[in-house]
Amino acid sequence: MIATTIRAGDEIRELYRELILDHARNPRHFGKLDAATHRAEGINPLCGDKLKLYLQLVENDRIGDASFEGSGCAISVASASLMTDMVIGQPLDKALEYFEVVTGRLTKSDQTLADTVEPALEKVLALDGVREFPSRIKCATLAWHALNSAIHQQSTPVSTE
Amino acid sequence: MTQVQPTATSTNVVENCRHDFPALQQEVQGHRLAYLDNAASAQQPEPVIDAVTSYQRHDHANVHRGVHTLSHRATDAYEGARDNIQRFINAASRNEVILTSGTTESINLVAQSYCRPRIGPGDKILITYLEHHSNIVPWQLVCEQTGAELVVAPMDDRGQLILESFDRLLTDEVRFVAIGHVSNALGTVNPVNDVVARVKSMDIPILIDGAQAVPHMRVDVRDLGCDFYAFSGHKMFGPTGTGVLYGREAILDAMPPWQGGGDMILDVSFDGTVFNDLPYKFEAGTPNIAGVIGLGAAIDYLQSVGLSQIAAYEQQLLDYMTAALQQVDGVRLIGTAAHRASVQSFLVDDIHPHDLGTILDHQGVAIRTGHHCAMPVMSYFGIPGTARASLALYNTTEDIDQLVAAIEKARSIFA
Repeated sequence: MIATTIRAGDEIRELYRELILDHARNPRHFGKLDAATHRAEGINPLCGDKLKLYLQLVENDRIGDASFEGSGCAISVASASLMTDMVIGQPLDKALEYFEVVTGRLTKSDQTLADTVEPALEKVLALDGVREFPSRIKCATLAWHALNSAIHQQSTPVSTE
Repeated sequence: MTQVQPTATSTNVVENCRHDFPALQQEVQGHRLAYLDNAASAQQPEPVIDAVTSYQRHDHANVHRGVHTLSHRATDAYEGARDNIQRFINAASRNEVILTSGTTESINLVAQSYCRPRIGPGDKILITYLEHHSNIVPWQLVCEQTGAELVVAPMDDRGQLILESFDRLLTDEVRFVAIGHVSNALGTVNPVNDVVARVKSMDIPILIDGAQAVPHMRVDVRDLGCDFYAFSGHKMFGPTGTGVLYGREAILDAMPPWQGGGDMILDVSFDGTVFNDLPYKFEAGTPNIAGVIGLGAAIDYLQSVGLSQIAAYEQQLLDYMTAALQQVDGVRLIGTAAHRASVQSFLVDDIHPHDLGTILDHQGVAIRTGHHCAMPVMSYFGIPGTARASLALYNTTEDIDQLVAAIEKARSIFA
């Protein structure tokens, strides 16, 4: 279980947890996906985060493969890495459910944080530290908005501004 | 460490200054505030806050309109600020001081009112690679509107304008030149006297974007010989929403109004309108009276400290900061022009500037991170953005030591 209470002064370490730094340094599923059936672009103009998300949909509306490329801060890269890790192999409606849960968790201040979520979502709890940094929430949600956009085949880039 | 220590005299000037700024007397995230984001916006000293408050408490009324006492007081204070600005930049006449909402509006005014009616297909507008977006986009817009072409003079690896290339691009087709005095992203001080001389020798009009220059050095528009000079109040310790367009009177006189409305007219009927004289012709609507009064107070404040003392002190402090940053492992300086003012951009290891900014903020150090509204400069260096520390007269070596310690902390987190 991941602790959800943050000790004063430790917010920075909570933000840059080992799991986040690991995914930022060694992003999973990084690169272009030539077989992609769905694409979306995400832009966070404030800090210059830019990412392209690729999804390959296979039979029964399932995400067979996913990847991303672009540049961004540790939070946005780690979030994209975690997100692709989580949605590969999932049906679309499940991926959309994850989008709702994760963005809700990051942005809704009144939401009580559950100590336990379904096992597939456990890693993403590492992003919880972002909640203490309002200016960084958009970095964490960027990849997720791109996911939502790619699934809905929106043609204009999503922006978290 | 073999760093330049500010001299006793100039340090004294500044030790007094820091106390004049209420916002600097606070802790942020449990730390002493080291405010190093002055190129974005500077803090305001007590006299500016007092001038604005006093106007709002006692003298508020609309300007140029009423016969009543408060309107007279408001008008006197507002127009007094204009006189202050005129003396501050050594304009020949108060008619040459147009009050705007900021540098951005000043530049857009020139683009639309001066350039747009005068240029067309085949004409060129020349800018440089170093410009802030506000000295790029207004010219792009006017080029789209007229069919003119925007030409960009390149810079070198240190972030300095390449004058030989500028000369080559300064052809007979160039109808207008716009150039920043000091680069907001890199701190480069452009050789504006040289540039103006070259441009004026070909009888081409030139605008200088002085937003990053006026808080740090003495600016004399007549000595420069430029046709237009634009700057903002909030970067020189005045309120936001204030700015100035200096223009030579003969040129301003020949320009059509930019926006229509109250205050910019002498006579209105449905058959037509007689426009007001300078400077009011370009000031439609009720202006930012409180802000302009605050700007006037900011100029008094700057002059009471002394622009030459400020420039000398800040130069020493910038040398100290650059040297201190250079001694931190993993720091890469972006922008190393021989002549810089206030600003040092940098990167630390492969830490994204935004992550660095968050960690620094957590230790009370306020810097700017990102592209600094100068995306072409970032593209030139092949980076998405930088961390930027920018100085003002109230900064001290303690601020810089705090910055360096905070960078070390960031490096330990990302180690």
